[in-house]
Amino acid sequence: MADPATFEAQAMEFMPSLYTAALRMTRNPADAEDLVQETYLKAYRGFGGFEQGTNLKAWLYRILTNTFINSYRSKKRRPEESDIDDVEDLYLYRRLGGLEGATAGRSAEDQVLEHFTEGEIKDALDSLPEQFRIAVLLGDVEGFSYKEIAEILDIPIGTVMSRLHRGRRALQKRLYEFGRQRGLVGEPQGKVYG
Amino acid sequence: MAEDKGDCVEAVHLLYHYLDGELTTERRLLISQHLDDCPPCGEAFDFEAELRVVVRQNCRESVPDHLRQRVADALRQAQLQQE
Repeated sequence: MADPATFEAQAMEFMPSLYTAALRMTRNPADAEDLVQETYLKAYRGFGGFEQGTNLKAWLYRILTNTFINSYRSKKRRPEESDIDDVEDLYLYRRLGGLEGATAGRSAEDQVLEHFTEGEIKDALDSLPEQFRIAVLLGDVEGFSYKEIAEILDIPIGTVMSRLHRGRRALQKRLYEFGRQRGLVGEPQGKVYG
Repeated sequence: MAEDKGDCVEAVHLLYHYLDGELTTERRLLISQHLDDCPPCGEAFDFEAELRVVVRQNCRESVPDHLRQRVADALRQAQLQQE
């Protein structure tokens, strides 16, 4: 059995990251806290099976994700969310005026990004169907590689890429909708590539 | 203009692989070269990279103190049960 001092010394530093993920998965602070605690308990009990020198963060994420899928998702009795709209590449950038002309102000599009609030960014991510939300979370918020995400979620790398890329584009569509509602961006105009 | 040429189509198609660091060295160099040569594609890539930074920065959460304590207590409890 693992020495708890060793486990804590190695595993506790990942709590902010695990809590961030738990909150985006459950979308509910109380459930997120329960999920984090349960993850740490399972990890502690299974720490003997962790191969020292391999990626502890990814190992913890695998436990977190499995616990979420097995215990927390079912509580919500959400319908299976398997699909999202297919959104084209560079969805947001094009609608902010990018790619229209050579004289467009260099950072005009980047400046719009600064106006999105933290709440809007989180809401946009939270609005994605679960499998896409988790892929974007692991890839873009946590910076895991395709291979690591494949191992955490126990899915093929091709599926990782598909969920991640489609999830990112769908996220851009949500952000664009928020931007329109707030008047940060105008109606689509000019040439929009489809 | 981005995407008017085959190189642009190819670059945009590989945009996420490029930003994710998941291309072979050879392909990565080809895309980098194209981004240097084609400002519209370069700016589009910069925007996507910036968006990713914005998402990452805004989705970070800080752990409530009571949660740290809760987890520490739960681990102590688990340890006692094993002894």
